[in-house]
Amino acid sequence: MQQCSILSQLITDMNWALNNNPNPEEKEPKSSDLYHLGAIDLPEKPRKIEFWRSGLMGFAKMQLQQQHSVAVKMNNNGNNDRVGNNNKKGSTFIQEHRGLLPKGLILWTIFVGFISRGIYQWMDDTSKVRREEVLVSMCDQRARMLQDQFSVSVNHVHALAILVSTFHYHKNPSAIDQGTFAEYTARTAFERPLLSGVAYAEKVVNAEREMFERQHNWVIKTMDTGEPSPVRDEYAPVIFSQDSVSYLESLDMMSGEEDRENILRARETGKAVLTSPFRLLASHHLGVVLTFPVYKASLPKDPTVQERIAATAGYLGGAFDVESLVENLLGQLAGNQAIVVHVYDITNASDPLVMYGNQDEEGDTSLYHESKLDFGDPFRKHKMICRYLQKAPIPLNVLTTVPLFFAIGFLVGYILYSAGVHIVKVEDDFHEMQELKVRAEAADVAKSQFLATVSHEIRTPMNGILGMLAMLLDTELSSTQRDYAQTAQICGKALIALINEVLDCAKIEAGKLELESVPFDIRSILDDVLSLFSEESRNKGIELAVFVSDKVPEIVKGDSGRFRQIIINLVGNSVKFTEKGHIFVKVHLAEQSKDGAESKPALNGGVSEDMIVASKPSSYNTLSGYEAADGRNSWDSFKHLVSEEDLLSSSEFDASSSNVRLMVSIEDTGIGIPLAAQGRVFMPFMQADSSTSRTYGGTGIGLSISKCLVELMRGQISFVSRPRIGSTFWFTAVFERCDRCSLKKPTVENLPSAFRGMRAIVVDAKPVRAAVTRYHMKRLGISVDVMTSLRTAVSTVTASSGRNGSPLPSSGTTKLDMILVEKDSWISTEDIDSEIRQMNSRTNGNVHHKSPKLALFATNITNSEFDRAKSAGFADTVIMKPLRASMIGACLQQVLELRKTRQQHPEGSSPATLKSLLTGKKILVVDDNMVNRRVAAGALKKFGAEVVCAESGQVALGLLQIPHSFDACFMDIQMPQMDGFEATRQIRMMEKEAKEKTKLEWHLPILAMTADVIHATYEECLKSGMDGYVSKPFEEENLYKSVAKSFKANPISDSSCSQS
Amino acid sequence: MNTVVAQLQRQFQDYLVSLYQQGFLDNQFTELRKLQDEGTPDFVAEVVSLFFDDCSKLINSMSRSLERPENVDFKQVDSGVHQLKGSSSSVGARRVKNVCISFKECCDVQNREGCLRCLQQVDYEYKMLKTKLQDLFNLEQQIVQAGGAIPQVNIN
Repeated sequence: MQQCSILSQLITDMNWALNNNPNPEEKEPKSSDLYHLGAIDLPEKPRKIEFWRSGLMGFAKMQLQQQHSVAVKMNNNGNNDRVGNNNKKGSTFIQEHRGLLPKGLILWTIFVGFISRGIYQWMDDTSKVRREEVLVSMCDQRARMLQDQFSVSVNHVHALAILVSTFHYHKNPSAIDQGTFAEYTARTAFERPLLSGVAYAEKVVNAEREMFERQHNWVIKTMDTGEPSPVRDEYAPVIFSQDSVSYLESLDMMSGEEDRENILRARETGKAVLTSPFRLLASHHLGVVLTFPVYKASLPKDPTVQERIAATAGYLGGAFDVESLVENLLGQLAGNQAIVVHVYDITNASDPLVMYGNQDEEGDTSLYHESKLDFGDPFRKHKMICRYLQKAPIPLNVLTTVPLFFAIGFLVGYILYSAGVHIVKVEDDFHEMQELKVRAEAADVAKSQFLATVSHEIRTPMNGILGMLAMLLDTELSSTQRDYAQTAQICGKALIALINEVLDCAKIEAGKLELESVPFDIRSILDDVLSLFSEESRNKGIELAVFVSDKVPEIVKGDSGRFRQIIINLVGNSVKFTEKGHIFVKVHLAEQSKDGAESKPALNGGVSEDMIVASKPSSYNTLSGYEAADGRNSWDSFKHLVSEEDLLSSSEFDASSSNVRLMVSIEDTGIGIPLAAQGRVFMPFMQADSSTSRTYGGTGIGLSISKCLVELMRGQISFVSRPRIGSTFWFTAVFERCDRCSLKKPTVENLPSAFRGMRAIVVDAKPVRAAVTRYHMKRLGISVDVMTSLRTAVSTVTASSGRNGSPLPSSGTTKLDMILVEKDSWISTEDIDSEIRQMNSRTNGNVHHKSPKLALFATNITNSEFDRAKSAGFADTVIMKPLRASMIGACLQQVLELRKTRQQHPEGSSPATLKSLLTGKKILVVDDNMVNRRVAAGALKKFGAEVVCAESGQVALGLLQIPHSFDACFMDIQMPQMDGFEATRQIRMMEKEAKEKTKLEWHLPILAMTADVIHATYEECLKSGMDGYVSKPFEEENLYKSVAKSFKANPISDSSCSQS
Repeated sequence: MNTVVAQLQRQFQDYLVSLYQQGFLDNQFTELRKLQDEGTPDFVAEVVSLFFDDCSKLINSMSRSLERPENVDFKQVDSGVHQLKGSSSSVGARRVKNVCISFKECCDVQNREGCLRCLQQVDYEYKMLKTKLQDLFNLEQQIVQAGGAIPQVNIN
């Protein structure tokens, strides 16, 4: 077929592209991402690779398109990034200026350095100021004391001068001679410790020289030579002297230039005058000579200079040992060692003369203090200079504070810097993560897109394939051909189902799956599921049974499709993995199972290996007698469930809440799940191991979908499995109770009601199986007695019929209508056939009493067995398992020859039926494409419909103004200006308005025409008010299905439309 | 007479099969032919001529859109291609449809060169198909004139 070849062509193309051409991946990185998505741990799953690869075929076709959309997406990303950058600019200053961070650190360090320096300066300055103050005060103190000491000494000299004037001049004769003077001065020397000696020189004018010389018996000598003095105006020979300076006697004090000036100055001022410092003869200390005038007579007040000169009698002088003076003085004071003191004579300012102090001893030259000294001589000026002996040491607190401050400042800067660096790093990471996130999301979107596209691309040709196959099957085919075609159709359907699964998976992952809530009948759904697998189970010879507890409400509200999907999945798995034994589906309320189930914790599989060995009876009380993984379904607990039902009225649990929690368990006796694989059973694309998929096929996606669905139904799913013994899957699901609501659609299999009140005996040695049979019979309204062996049954029947040979009025209630025998029970009971025959003949002989009919239950039956059964009297029928109420009903009808109460609706899709549906209908076709319009019209016309065409939504709206005579509308979805959805919405709006105005209900069935068949489109169709869709181009089956569905609501009878 | 009809019928059959084999047509055309019955004897011809009119109109408008190298209104071209794809798949003009698919891809990535190439191809293909179908219809007419029935052709 063409479609097939398109598909395979695509696949080969793509294979080639995948294998040989790396370029597409380079050109389009997104698509390579997608390849990876598809290829995640696939190497061991070649089947899946094939699947994905074939999926990629479609993708390749869409590649350019994809690239376009991806490009758009990437642009968007770019925009986002730019926006993000803008944000970044606003939010993180640091991020923007990261380059400044090290510079900032350096600047900060320098700044801190400056501040530290400033602090150092300041502290140093304060300490210097304090030092200076100390120096000043010390220096001043010394100067003052020196001055005081000096003046004390001067005062003593003054006193001596007065003594001399008093006792030498005022006494006549003089009271003082050299001896007296010497003695006196020697004895009073303690008063003048600093004067090495004192001497008195008398004023002698030249005229009196001779007289003076004679009087004293010596001649006046000069000071420097010791020769007799040359003639001068005036002399000042020493007449009295202290012993220490006795060498001065007779020396003329005026012979030395400086002394002379001093003497003159002294007698003019009347004050003590000083010489410039010189080395004293005796001690070699620096010293000065102090000269003090002695006046003859008492002077008048404020004497003039002349008066003073005239009154001068002599001069008292003493050598003043300045050095000792200062030494003594400093010795008395504290802090002597710390400072250096110099005393200068600065009479001649340009050439200061040292009076005290070692010139070598410089001390700290940076800081000194001068103090003025006034020794009482107005002509001479002195000063004292003090210095610290040592340079100022740097104070300890400065030494500690400043480096500490610097260190702290630097640390603060460094902390800020590293914080900044850290922030930058974190933000970089953040942006990187954001980008990755965006990319991941884009990849996710691309994946979904890919899935949607691929599924669409596969489904479109697949629909073609299936449609064509359906048509092919309608034609005349030989049986082989028909078989091939049917196989192809089944495979195609399986493929579509798989694609739907993948889509489901994608949907669940995207969180887009929503459950619907419609009322449905659980029992009929289970019957449906059973019928799906009946063929396969029968072929394999495994028993398939379903049991629904009576407590479970007949009709609940929920998503029947998804519920069915879960059960189909689980049962399908069980069927797939089971070769012998049974599969047993059991539904009951979750509350019911509590006491039974929780008494025994669910042990998974071979955990109890020893238990298996220990308790290995030959047969188990399960459905088929094979051991099951979970003991819960064995008769011990099951009878509990069954008997409970009999005892308790079903209303006990009911009405307590609006929800009902159902527990569904599916037990099989298959190969089980290996312990190692049990953990990942519910993970997508995981099967027990890779060999499983090779042996049994399947994608391993079903269970994960089931798990998601169960969780959506607010339940949980779990399983117990023991390798080589079997698995029991169970899940719970919450449904809404729906006691009052009835199903809109009658159930597909309406159970016949003809059996109500009948009685039957079921012969089955296995209680579980008997209970299942009873459940089905109960649904038909037949009350059932279970007997464990055929022999007892036969004897009972024979006995009763023997006893009640004639019909009694009371026997109507106990009348036995049928005996249903399980094949196993029959086979195992030897030599029973004759008894049955006997019983049959006996009861049949009774004309009044209608004998109970015999029927056999069997999973599979061989021809010989069948013949034997016939001969034994099971002539009536063999009911093939799995049991379904409707099937039992049908068989029993046959047996009891009841007239069928209901004619089966022919469920074919022949053009004839389509014709009957469409004949005389007036249909509006809306499509902007002229050719499509014409083809659609042609197709519909062929089936007898009257067709009106409209080329746009607006035109359609105009035609559909109420009242109109159209019976249906086929609407293209993709149209310019007004698309199909919009047009439909407007039509529905118009209908609503009309209803409000005229109270007449209008509902025009609108069917979408689309080439797009993904779920989303279908949902969109329904959302906008459409009733269904037909895929383009038209296919009979598809068309029939949609048309039949939407025309059912409108009874065919009112198709009295106007003929044109 | 009969031999002529038979010959014509065989010729018709062979020709139609060759059209399928060369990929000009696909099953949709078969479907289309099925829709034709006594009530609508010219259905196929009518639809096909509609289709060709459509083609020439759309191709004209698209070539106008693609004329200037700048400011190509790809949206308009796209809608044209979409139309063309729809009608060609409805009619079963397989080759035209296939070109439309690659045309659409070019359009999606706004590849003007590719679009122009595809446009030429579409133009060529539809004209080709037109002549072929013209021949087919001529044959049909000849058969009808000769008093024969159009044979059912099973394409597999």
